[in-house]
Amino acid sequence: MTVTEIPLVEATTSETAISRLKERFPGAVQDDSRHGYSGVVVDKSKLVEVATYMRDTLGYDYLSSATAVDYHGIADSMEMVYHAYRTAGGPALVFKAQTDRAKAELPSLIDVWPGADFQEREAYDLYGIQFAGHPNLKRILLWEGFNGYPMRKDWREAYYEEEHKPFESRWPAGWVRRAEELNVYGKNVHYPADFDLAKLTDKSEESLYSDLGLGVNVQDLSTENGHLKTDKLVVNMGPHHPSTHGVFRMIVTLDGETIESLEPVMGYLHRNHEKIGERNSWNHNMPFTDRLDYLSSMGNNHGYALAVEQLFATGNKWNPPSYRAECIRVLMVELTRIVNHYWAIGFLLNDLGAFFTPALYAIAEREKILDFFEATAGARMMCNYMRFGGLYKDLPERMHSVANLINDKVRDFNTMEYLSELINERIPRSIDELDEFLTASEIIKSRTVGVGYLPPEMAIAYSAAGPLLRASGVPYDVRRADPYSIYPELEFDVAVRYNGDIYDRYLIRLDEMRESVRILKQILPRLEKTKGEPVAGISQYMPRVPMGESYGRVENPKGELGYYVVSAGDEKGPQNPWRYHVRAPSFINLTALGPMCVGHKVADVVAILGSIDIVLGETDR
Amino acid sequence: MFGQGIVKGLWVTFKHFFNTYADDIKYAGRKYLRQENFEVRQGLRSQGAFTVQYPDEKLAVPERFRFTPFLVTEDTDPARVGEDWCTSCGICAKVCPPQCIWIVRGTDPNTGRPVPQPEAFFIDIDICMNCGFCAEFCPFDAIKMDHNYEMASYDRTMHHIHDKDRLSKPLSYWKSIAPTTALEEANARGGWEHPDVLKAMKKAGKTADKPTKDNMWNVLSAPANQALPAPTAPASPAEAKPVPPAAPAAAAPAPSAEGGKAKFDKQAMLAKIREKKAK
Repeated sequence: MTVTEIPLVEATTSETAISRLKERFPGAVQDDSRHGYSGVVVDKSKLVEVATYMRDTLGYDYLSSATAVDYHGIADSMEMVYHAYRTAGGPALVFKAQTDRAKAELPSLIDVWPGADFQEREAYDLYGIQFAGHPNLKRILLWEGFNGYPMRKDWREAYYEEEHKPFESRWPAGWVRRAEELNVYGKNVHYPADFDLAKLTDKSEESLYSDLGLGVNVQDLSTENGHLKTDKLVVNMGPHHPSTHGVFRMIVTLDGETIESLEPVMGYLHRNHEKIGERNSWNHNMPFTDRLDYLSSMGNNHGYALAVEQLFATGNKWNPPSYRAECIRVLMVELTRIVNHYWAIGFLLNDLGAFFTPALYAIAEREKILDFFEATAGARMMCNYMRFGGLYKDLPERMHSVANLINDKVRDFNTMEYLSELINERIPRSIDELDEFLTASEIIKSRTVGVGYLPPEMAIAYSAAGPLLRASGVPYDVRRADPYSIYPELEFDVAVRYNGDIYDRYLIRLDEMRESVRILKQILPRLEKTKGEPVAGISQYMPRVPMGESYGRVENPKGELGYYVVSAGDEKGPQNPWRYHVRAPSFINLTALGPMCVGHKVADVVAILGSIDIVLGETDR
Repeated sequence: MFGQGIVKGLWVTFKHFFNTYADDIKYAGRKYLRQENFEVRQGLRSQGAFTVQYPDEKLAVPERFRFTPFLVTEDTDPARVGEDWCTSCGICAKVCPPQCIWIVRGTDPNTGRPVPQPEAFFIDIDICMNCGFCAEFCPFDAIKMDHNYEMASYDRTMHHIHDKDRLSKPLSYWKSIAPTTALEEANARGGWEHPDVLKAMKKAGKTADKPTKDNMWNVLSAPANQALPAPTAPASPAEAKPVPPAAPAAAAPAPSAEGGKAKFDKQAMLAKIREKKAK
């Protein structure tokens, strides 16, 4: 038996990788010498070459994040920031390519990492960077015909008040006024010079319909080899299709019932979260992160806190979170994972046609965890629980409620007893029950086994993350690959399945829930042991964050959630982020939706989308 | 055998259906009738369906629950009943992520100097994102998150901007909805009194009672009143506000014509702004 030669990829540290790069591309690769920055700046003419070398020789096969930053007012340039990882694990290789603001153009990396597709389109949409070689460069979150590039620093929104919060008008002479009363809509909206609403057509969709054989005489259709020659048909699924779990559109080109191509269209829930984030102060952003993936707000908080804490750690006055705070963070995040997977499994079954029985069984269990969140953080879903360097508050002694409204019914549980019963009894029992209820069902199997297959190399290339990636046989989990918090000392396995179809994506969610329970069981004694340790974060209400950049990423239930934050523009440490970018797993996982659906039937699209498990709050941002 | 999996799944469905009634039989209806058995239905041991029949019954919210903010006013110190705890320092307005708080700092009409009292306080409830930062960062415990989530109204423009009258609630209300949290906060302050009162007491060499569950509802002792100079409220027309009738000690200042000036006249204000813009 001969062993096939696999091209060897060298496992080196990022420092070695950087020196290798500089050796290979002298002059084109330079260290990013700005204070607080890491990685290399690559000459844009060599970008594709360097990226290919990185992927093929240095082994950075996974492009996690690609985003633009506008340095208007500091350097008068824009740059793309890329974070590439090895799926074998390890830290990032950060590389940047700079371009002029006035004529922003960069080569597209879509041929090296197809996962750059949506992220480059987003950078084009919001920053106006032209990507040479991108086959489908058009707006992705905004509509065609939108004036300007809103993430540029000199772009101002309608109802613009000030560059940064806090707004001057609020205090000390803060008479309330509504923006729309002062600024009637339309007065402060900028239209392009030749704007005419009547003539506005969406050119981006013309090509979809142009090659359809409209006006074909059905009588003339001949049969070839006994098959009827049929026309293609374009169907818009959504934005109000119930299967999209929100407002999301899929343009499906059909041949009969079979999908020929599928193009996702998003942005219906777009609110420019990142622009809001740059107007906000560092603290202000915390509750806004709750609204991203609103089913797992604790995980969102954690990622943002980690990103900003990395910046704080470069300063001199910084206390990292206490051990208890880390334990409670992990407790919350793992409970969130369970909450999210209950929801994901429930609604996957909804999409498969098991209308609401499994979903409601799962939601009923989820309620018990949300009760705990509510008693601890103050809200069931918009938790806003984590702070820089700690938490909002310690766990309460008792989950105690007081009757306030008429007909109020009170409850009173001891928190630790509640938690221990929840984790040791209720959740494992209900996971087993879900397993018994669904896994063996022949209907589910016939709908899901072998449908929506995503091969591992494609999953990596498309930057898929989370259960989607791991169900394709790639055991990549940020908690293990690039550990954070107290995960290194906890015992758990990275769940992995190898078939890459919907059924495996369902199974892997059950696996992950069981692993989460395993983690939670290790957290409970740690909580007992650390009782009384302080958990509070920094006390300043408007903290100044040391200058620099950081990328904080966590394994959120939906996949890798990353925050790229830049603190710049103020020597004392700015009060507002210069750049605040969210690498949203739901958004990037959709890159693989089209290829997964090709060749399947219309009904399968609904199931495949359900198995990716997206949340539109995060997709559209 | 084909179909075995479906039968197994249906068995789970049947168990769920059965368990809903099994608990009813086990607790013989008490599950619904008695308040203390509510935990049976809404706890971790409940089985089957456990719907709460809103609005005939409501799940009381836990203490830390946050909905919209309200302003704390004094009601335990007889000399200062109705006075705001707020000192109009503006931290809540600055730390508010969606910037829904507007505060007008009070000024003394005679001297023109700022006084630690808000002249006006507005919260646009439509904008508020219920994050609780204002309550968390307030150094005077003067703004707290309310538990009353039943706030539906027919009109957005008039009812959703809460002014100071609408926002103000007595301290005892906060103690009643969140006793544990209120006690923790009082311990952090060093007494049930307002931080300024405590400071003045310390200056005068008096110590406040240690806050406990038992003295929670006590009307404050005499030393607290004497420690602080006479309340400035009646002197400043901006602070003239109706005092709850249950406060005999505080002479209610009659709402004068000047007092009415402090009230927010939106139309006049808008006209003023339009005038300014026209120039």
